[in-house]
Amino acid sequence: MINFLYLINLGLISAFFISTFVVWERFIFYQKSKQLIYSWRIFIYLLLASLLLTFAPIASSEMIFLGFVSFTFLISIYFSVNLKWVAYLNFKQKWKSILLFILIIIYLVYFIKQIYDYSIDYSGILILDLWANTSLISLYTFIFIYALISVLVILFNLPTSSVFEKKIEEIINFQRLSQSRNTGKNQNEVYDVLLESSVSAVLADAAWLDINQSGLESKKQLAYKISSEEILEVQEHIPKGKIKKLFSTDPIKNLNSNRYIASIRDFRFKSILVFPIFVQNDSFGNLVLLKEISDGFNDEMINVISTYINQASISIENFKLIDAAVENERYRKELNIAKTVQRSLLPLKLEESNYFDIIGFSISADEVGGDYYDIYKIDDDKTILIIGDVSGKGTSAAFHMSQLKGIFQSLVQLDLNPRDFLVYANNALISGLDKNSFITVAYYIIDKSSQTIEFSRAGHCPTLYYNHRKKEAEYYYSKGLGLGILRNNEFYRYINIDTIKFKPDDILVLYTDGITEARNLNQEEFGYDRLKNLIIDNASYAPEIIKDAIMKALYAFGESNAPGDDYTIIIIKFKKNKT
Amino acid sequence: MISILTETEEDFFIINISGEIDASSSIHLDNKLGEIIKSAKKILVDCTNLKYISSAGLGVFMSYIQEMEEGDIRMILFGMSSNVKNVFEILGLDQLIKMVETKEEAKSLLNAI
Repeated sequence: MINFLYLINLGLISAFFISTFVVWERFIFYQKSKQLIYSWRIFIYLLLASLLLTFAPIASSEMIFLGFVSFTFLISIYFSVNLKWVAYLNFKQKWKSILLFILIIIYLVYFIKQIYDYSIDYSGILILDLWANTSLISLYTFIFIYALISVLVILFNLPTSSVFEKKIEEIINFQRLSQSRNTGKNQNEVYDVLLESSVSAVLADAAWLDINQSGLESKKQLAYKISSEEILEVQEHIPKGKIKKLFSTDPIKNLNSNRYIASIRDFRFKSILVFPIFVQNDSFGNLVLLKEISDGFNDEMINVISTYINQASISIENFKLIDAAVENERYRKELNIAKTVQRSLLPLKLEESNYFDIIGFSISADEVGGDYYDIYKIDDDKTILIIGDVSGKGTSAAFHMSQLKGIFQSLVQLDLNPRDFLVYANNALISGLDKNSFITVAYYIIDKSSQTIEFSRAGHCPTLYYNHRKKEAEYYYSKGLGLGILRNNEFYRYINIDTIKFKPDDILVLYTDGITEARNLNQEEFGYDRLKNLIIDNASYAPEIIKDAIMKALYAFGESNAPGDDYTIIIIKFKKNKT
Repeated sequence: MISILTETEEDFFIINISGEIDASSSIHLDNKLGEIIKSAKKILVDCTNLKYISSAGLGVFMSYIQEMEEGDIRMILFGMSSNVKNVFEILGLDQLIKMVETKEEAKSLLNAI
């Protein structure tokens, strides 16, 4: 009977031991290493070996028993250094663990007492005297030693656990500061995180963060447990106190020599820490931390704040850079759209005529320009040509250009004389143009029946005309005024109409100032004479060839200088009469 | 690069422009002119050191024409180099803004009007 109860006890105890053993194994293996795995394996083999001893005849050798148990004792101490898991418990968890371990130790003591009592009381009757059982006692020793040492270690680690927790908190805060952008936060949240982290790192009683970025944004102030009146009070008191400047050991950041500690007596806040914040070498603001005890800031705290501020300024800088890049990208996209629009406004091909050959060529500079030209055939005899240049560059120039195109395509159908067209066009454009913008235009009516070119110049480059008979070219500087300059009814007074009688092989050249004002590396302009001479020199060729000659000369002149403006040129050569 | 200096002489306001007026520097010219026309009635613009003017610069001058007429403010440009003068003439601004050779001419012209 007793044996039966004993065996039940044995079962329970064994189960308890083995489960505890497994848990201890997990603790020990919290931080694995090869050596640890190796030695643990040996230990298990030995324990298993000792289990076999129970069934061996040599069993009750006192020496083997004692030897084995002492060996286990030593091994247990060896394994008990693997207590790294203790460090990761927080304060509450440590206390809970202590209680648990104490409970386990109590159980262990109870069980061992039981086994001992059984052994003494019923010696001789028991089938299996556990008291003398090597493996069980070894196991027990191991469990007990580990438990005991664990409790002691946890106990001794209690005071320092807060430091460890603090360090983890600091690292997390640091991560928060650097990850702000990734988590989709904005710049303001960096300020909040910075203030919050700094306050908890130094255990401040109050704090504020001044953001007064030179330039755009308005000043901001984030405060923690302090009102703005109190802030002013503090600022008044600081100069009265004892100020000690802090110097950074970081040689690059000697800008940071504005950080200081102030100690003030007879004031609510006895220690004050001031840290300036720099973003891109520009003063950005100040972080002020306050404590009610004196000498409240130690070197370590100062270091932590320094790291926080460095990280925060990097984050803020990142925000700015990303914003600038986004803005840039948006601008580029805008320009691209405008450029596409502009290109679509120019005629694909200038219409053929039975009495002249014509070529039109336009190439825009990098930025969107405002050169425009168009042609309209009123009938077989009459053709209208227009060339224009919108002042300025960019998207607004492209926009005004398309306005001009619309105006041309509507008004041209009315077959107006050049002056009337320009007056109407001026009226139509005035309301849309901004204060500083104007458009230069030249309008030509080429009439085969009268063999004339009738034209007016609204501030545009003077028309170049080559006379085949005289073998000379000249510029026509008739009176004119750009569109959009006079925004009243007097505009017509400033426009003249010129007439040229054309002859076969005469050449009419329309162009924009991008060509005449093109500069070479010496800042010399291409000029009117060069253009004129090129026409004279190439007068016998077809318009396409003349255009090529001019463009070639233009690029050769500019050398490596990139074109600063659009180049537009239209060449009309009158055909020989077919008689 | 541009430098715009102003001074007063008798009852004239003299603006001295040196350098080039392009898209970016035209903004300074715009601001300066805007300031000056609040108080001045007779303005002389010394263009002897003006090397180049872009359409942006022309736009600035042009934009003040109406305002000056309404406010009875007179402005005369003088001392322009031939290429700068040419630019004004092609656009036709010379018909709306008076341009002379020398400062004396400009002064006497302003006093005569």
